[in-house]
Amino acid sequence: MPRPLLALLAAILVAFGVSYFSDRIDPYYLDVMTGVGINIILAVSLNLVNGYTGQFSLGHAGFMSVGAYLSAAITLLLGPRLLGGAGGSALQQGLLFLGALIVGGLGAALAGLAVGIPSLRLKGDYLALVTLGFGEIIRVIFQNVEALGGALGLNGIPNYTTVFWVYSFAALTVYTVVCLVRSTYGRGFIATHDDEIASEAVGLNTTRYKIVAFVVGAFFAGVAGGLYGHFKLTITPTGFDFTKSIEIVVMVILGGMGNTIGVILAAILLTILPEVLRSVEQYRMIMYALLLIVLMLVRPKGLFNFDYLGIAARLRRKFRPARE
Amino acid sequence: MLEVSELCVSYGAIAALRGISLKVEHGSIVTLIGGNGAGKTTTLRTISGLLRPKSGKVTFLGENITRLPAHKIVARGIGHVPEGRMIFSNLTVAENLAMGAYLRTDKAAIARNREYVFGIFPRLKERLRQTAGTLSGGEQQMLAIGRALMGEPKFLMLDEPSLGIAPRLISTIFEKIVEINRDRKIAVLLVEQNANLALEISGYAYVLETGQLSMDGASADLRKNPQLKAAYLGG
Repeated sequence: MPRPLLALLAAILVAFGVSYFSDRIDPYYLDVMTGVGINIILAVSLNLVNGYTGQFSLGHAGFMSVGAYLSAAITLLLGPRLLGGAGGSALQQGLLFLGALIVGGLGAALAGLAVGIPSLRLKGDYLALVTLGFGEIIRVIFQNVEALGGALGLNGIPNYTTVFWVYSFAALTVYTVVCLVRSTYGRGFIATHDDEIASEAVGLNTTRYKIVAFVVGAFFAGVAGGLYGHFKLTITPTGFDFTKSIEIVVMVILGGMGNTIGVILAAILLTILPEVLRSVEQYRMIMYALLLIVLMLVRPKGLFNFDYLGIAARLRRKFRPARE
Repeated sequence: MLEVSELCVSYGAIAALRGISLKVEHGSIVTLIGGNGAGKTTTLRTISGLLRPKSGKVTFLGENITRLPAHKIVARGIGHVPEGRMIFSNLTVAENLAMGAYLRTDKAAIARNREYVFGIFPRLKERLRQTAGTLSGGEQQMLAIGRALMGEPKFLMLDEPSLGIAPRLISTIFEKIVEINRDRKIAVLLVEQNANLALEISGYAYVLETGQLSMDGASADLRKNPQLKAAYLGG
């Protein structure tokens, strides 16, 4: 079996193990862990678009909300009908939740396609503005559709999200992005980022690459939205405004554009940091902002942007001397 | 092999090319010289489908390719080495070369092409695992040419291969261009500001001035032309 697939299965097993013993873990830590996992999915998937492919999207929270609403609607409306009043067995609930997450992801991917096809011909700031506009339009729509709860949002979403689900999907996101970018096909993402004209000159269809990155990124954002909804149990349109998009963009920039390991570390740090700074609540946002400014001045290419593979290779050489 | 007729291209309201016609025969080296902003790069980019012309026609091997998208034009056998060594700086040398063969599927033929590229530019073989962004200017130019060769082109367009390269390396690069043309029977359209060098290796030349052709003829004749001497060859 190929090593990445093995790593994926191992990660899912570990997630299952942690989930199995979740009764013995402090619920507060469990909550933080869940938040970290969801942010990893969001940041790693956005990194495919913003980092590897070099398209600046500010609409990730918009795609997240599509997935959140769609999957919540499924479990809320279809759940009682399919599983009966008692709520069904754990397996039935799991299957329903998996289905809801995937449908949420596909809905977000469809939205990604609809936004991507007309707008990915734009570059840089223009694309950022269009995606920002998309995110706001989605939010306003959710706010005004009474069937989806309007400004109050959706309440009473079943509590399905566990560490197992979050980290399985986080592992799947990392697996997909890493395999995609490492493949011969996927080098096209990096090539598109490095030089669009040269990419077209060797025969790459750069528009198609951008759309694929956008759609895959949107899919995982939608899944993350579904996990978020079934974790918070309440979703409101304001939870997915553009500050949420910015938060995810910051994780990508801090981690280092196009560096998956760095982005994962940044997602962990930026989720835990607000929790640690909770004791100095009133100064929290100021310190957070200052920290970001300093980091950008000191390490503009990202706090965690190291050559991880190079470091690993050097360590291996050090501990396993040559046999000549 | 390639025929461009009455090509007009504009950027918004500004006309960059005003009716250009030129021809490249099988196996020949043709050069397009001219000052800054004359429309040399625009001509190449329009031929390779990166820009859309307003009017005019590009014919390659008897087929009208004027409005084909860039990747389809590459598939027809036109290689383009863009100006300013546009390599993929975050990919390794090996990966850059692999991207050059992006549209091809025959692995054995790709491997043969790779060996040929290493034959011309041994330096690339030494730097195979190195990230392309860390190469020197001359090495990046070699990589850009090597990458275009990986597409097995029948016709190669080079945009200012001498730009920003150590003088010592310029002559090497030009020797290699002649070698590629001779060994592989690849026709070459060379855009250069360094008119002396370009006229030296080419058989036929066109002179472009603010979007129009002002002169054309055998390169050997043009080198002796007093007008051209004064304008481009330094007296």
